[in-house]
Amino acid sequence: MNPDRAQVSLAPDVLDRLMPMHLVVDAGGTIISAGPTICKIAGPLTGSPVFDRFRVRRPAGLDDMAALSRHHGRRLQMSPADSPMTMLRGIALRRSDTDGFLINLSFGFGLIAAMRDHALTDTDFAPTDLAIELMYVTEAKSTITEELRNLNARLHAAKREAEERALTDTLTGLRNRRALDSALSEMLRMGLPFALMRIDLDFFKAVNDTLGHAAGDAVLVHVAEVLTAETRKSDTVARVGGDEFVVLFPEITDVALIELIARRIIERLSRPIPVCRTSCTISASVGVALSAGYGADMADQMLVDADRALYASKAAGRGRVTLSG
Amino acid sequence: MHGLVNRAIQCFLRDTYGGDQWISIARRAGVGPEGFEPMLIYPEQVTTDVLEAACAALDRSVDTILEDVGTYLVSHPNVEALRRLLRFGGPTFADFLLSLEELPDRGRLAVPDLELPAMDLAEPAPNTYVLTCRFGFPGAGHVLLGMLRALADDYGALAYLGLETTEDGADVITINLLQSDFAAGRSFRLVVGDDVR
Repeated sequence: MNPDRAQVSLAPDVLDRLMPMHLVVDAGGTIISAGPTICKIAGPLTGSPVFDRFRVRRPAGLDDMAALSRHHGRRLQMSPADSPMTMLRGIALRRSDTDGFLINLSFGFGLIAAMRDHALTDTDFAPTDLAIELMYVTEAKSTITEELRNLNARLHAAKREAEERALTDTLTGLRNRRALDSALSEMLRMGLPFALMRIDLDFFKAVNDTLGHAAGDAVLVHVAEVLTAETRKSDTVARVGGDEFVVLFPEITDVALIELIARRIIERLSRPIPVCRTSCTISASVGVALSAGYGADMADQMLVDADRALYASKAAGRGRVTLSG
Repeated sequence: MHGLVNRAIQCFLRDTYGGDQWISIARRAGVGPEGFEPMLIYPEQVTTDVLEAACAALDRSVDTILEDVGTYLVSHPNVEALRRLLRFGGPTFADFLLSLEELPDRGRLAVPDLELPAMDLAEPAPNTYVLTCRFGFPGAGHVLLGMLRALADDYGALAYLGLETTEDGADVITINLLQSDFAAGRSFRLVVGDDVR
């Protein structure tokens, strides 16, 4: 002890205000004074043996005055015997006047649970204690985290919507050119076998010219419905131009099968379509290319080849299917 | 301007005057109907535009609108989280007033880029407080006035408050605290959630 420093003795009410969670223990281990907040948590303490009322968790096995004496001045973790979930931390210091100890306690990270479990308020803490500030920061951070979580959810939903819109043809709800290009390149890159079908409507311009654009749009929507109905969920159906469509059929390599599908589509598209209180008739020409022989960077070539086959169909009198190569 | 501020004005207009009124004010101000994100930063002009549009649509002065924003922030159930954070300022209204100078620091502790008005509190006579508030954006003192009036109620204190703006743009709020425990006030438990065992 520094001899130049004055000895300070504190009245119990001063001790209570500055250290509302203190215990004064005599040499025999009996609590002879306790702060108001620790009594709120552990019940009346004065007169009880300290190791009956508290369990020391760290260091393990510290359960008598001799052990406490050896651990003098180092950090303790303990909980009230009848409230084992309330974790307290503190320090035991030897009192200068006797062989007893002054133990001062506080809450660690268990602060919020302890405040809830024991209904503590501002007045249960020393005015210098940062407990209320810690509560404030905890609550502020969780409020802000909640706001950020909401922001993230909104941004994520907006991103998905934007991505979906970027790949969708607005009129028909089919995939658009960009979606087709990306699906086609991906399938060629992966080397997956598939069939590519180009479909061009015949006599569509006549519908637009005689019945107007609204009728033309209705026909395109109808065509989209037919293509969706005649294909599988795993097929990519895209509108790539005014009246041009491309369908990718994964795993279809059989010429007879793809021709059958094409003829069925042509047959359905050739039926009269009711539009604008009348009906109109179109048809479709189809060109097909199979993926065998196309490398990863040959998407454009495959589209051109299917296009060539398509024009062969048109030249041969429309409403037909031609296989490339 | 911090999105939290713009968002507060938006929520006040929406919760007080209805979603349609908000949408029409937003359109007048050139803001989308979805309004503001609380965690983004916006140019100050947008805040000015929204307030001007609100004045025109509601036929009210900007000062009274801002004061109502302040009242709303303390008393509306949709922004209960903010009332709770404010009540951490102290167990009584007088303690709360004494904690006001710390408010910008408290705000930054929660949101590091949030700028709040600088505040100076003087106590020229017992139970008389003079709060000088300076902020880059005009009208902050009116928001504060509304908040303080609502908080006095919240604490159950009886207080008279007035505001004057000085020539150099500072808002000076005078608070006469007549009675600390005039009414019961609203409850404030430090921990929300499970019932006290």
